[in-house]
Amino acid sequence: MKNHVWRPLFAVLALVVGILVFRLFYVPSDFGSGERGFMYSYHRLSNEEEWKAQPVKYSDTGKTNMHEFCGECHSDVVEIRTEDLHGTIACENCHGPAFDHPEDPETLVIDRGRDVCLRCHTDLPYTTSERKRIPGIDPKEHNVDDMCVDCHDPHNPRLEEM
Amino acid sequence: MERRDFLKNSIMIVAGASVPLSALEFVDPKEVLAANLDIHWAFLLNTHKCVGCGFCVKACKTENDIPFNAKVTRTWVERYVYTKDDRRYIDSPDGALNGYTESRIDLGQGNFQEIDPNNVGKAFFVPKLCNHCETPPCTQVCPVGATYKTDDGVVLVDKEWCIGCGYCIMACPYGARFFHPTDHVADKCTFCYHRITKGLETACVNACPFGARKMLNIKDINDPNTQIILNERVGVLKDEFGTRPQAFYIGLAQEVR
Repeated sequence: MKNHVWRPLFAVLALVVGILVFRLFYVPSDFGSGERGFMYSYHRLSNEEEWKAQPVKYSDTGKTNMHEFCGECHSDVVEIRTEDLHGTIACENCHGPAFDHPEDPETLVIDRGRDVCLRCHTDLPYTTSERKRIPGIDPKEHNVDDMCVDCHDPHNPRLEEM
Repeated sequence: MERRDFLKNSIMIVAGASVPLSALEFVDPKEVLAANLDIHWAFLLNTHKCVGCGFCVKACKTENDIPFNAKVTRTWVERYVYTKDDRRYIDSPDGALNGYTESRIDLGQGNFQEIDPNNVGKAFFVPKLCNHCETPPCTQVCPVGATYKTDDGVVLVDKEWCIGCGYCIMACPYGARFFHPTDHVADKCTFCYHRITKGLETACVNACPFGARKMLNIKDINDPNTQIILNERVGVLKDEFGTRPQAFYIGLAQEVR
């Protein structure tokens, strides 16, 4: 065959070989598919471990063992809270994520703002929603310049014990 | 040997050989399942219990380092308001990061719709997150193999390998993916993979005071939340897309898509 046919063919072959060699070194060796096959799970297997290694910030144990982590030291407060009403709220929703408390950080930054309370206690006219069960106020009228916690005890919110 | 004895012995040998030793023990199916416990993570959401407080969104953003001031979030809560004159309003200001503290509807681009309280027919809140589909369209379109479904059923993104092309964000029918504003890669709910693999609840389940969100292993039939999916009436979002979502909803309305 003529030279003008071979030359571009060699160029293409060199390109293909070049790409394959580059791929050999560039793509991590642990690339593969799990039991779901190539279409859904072709990936770098070590990435699963990287996700598992992400640090945990909220350290309390959640609904199954309510306030177990916090209760180890703060059992007096936890006891009041778990009775009813605000007992269903996780401590860290207001007190902030614990990380490695009490070592690091030594104290948590408590969110005492009105906004925290208003998430549930803003009065909305939704009679069919679970929201109707929660006592609500109009944030534009109810003691606008005061903090909720100045009058209400967030750990024991019963109005008759105010 | 007589013919009678020969037949007798043959029948006994065949009968004995056809009964395997294990068949003679009484097997408790629950014990067998517990010994071969497979994990397939799924999610259960109860729209009756959600009040739109948005603690889940705040907890998720904190746990997973999603910027608070960026308009992206891994999980969000939608508000549905149906008026008595048959209009439907849906909004989710900042994904309900700060809850719903106003009765007016956020129409977007700085426009708001006041609704007369006497005109409100029904209203409810719906928490949303990645459905971790059984046949996820997002992982099919990834050109570099950066997003994938793990063997225990969670869809993850490889942040090192993602090139940020955005195909998966377009492919998701649920809008569950977004472009991470500081990492510059695709990002999505991981079912808090670092927490559930350590035996903890996800950050949003942990933060929800009303039990509207539940995490479960759908292969464990003794899990009370799996029992709800098996025995009660639950729905999934956009079933017709064939994505087989693994986030199940109690009290799903047809307007919720």
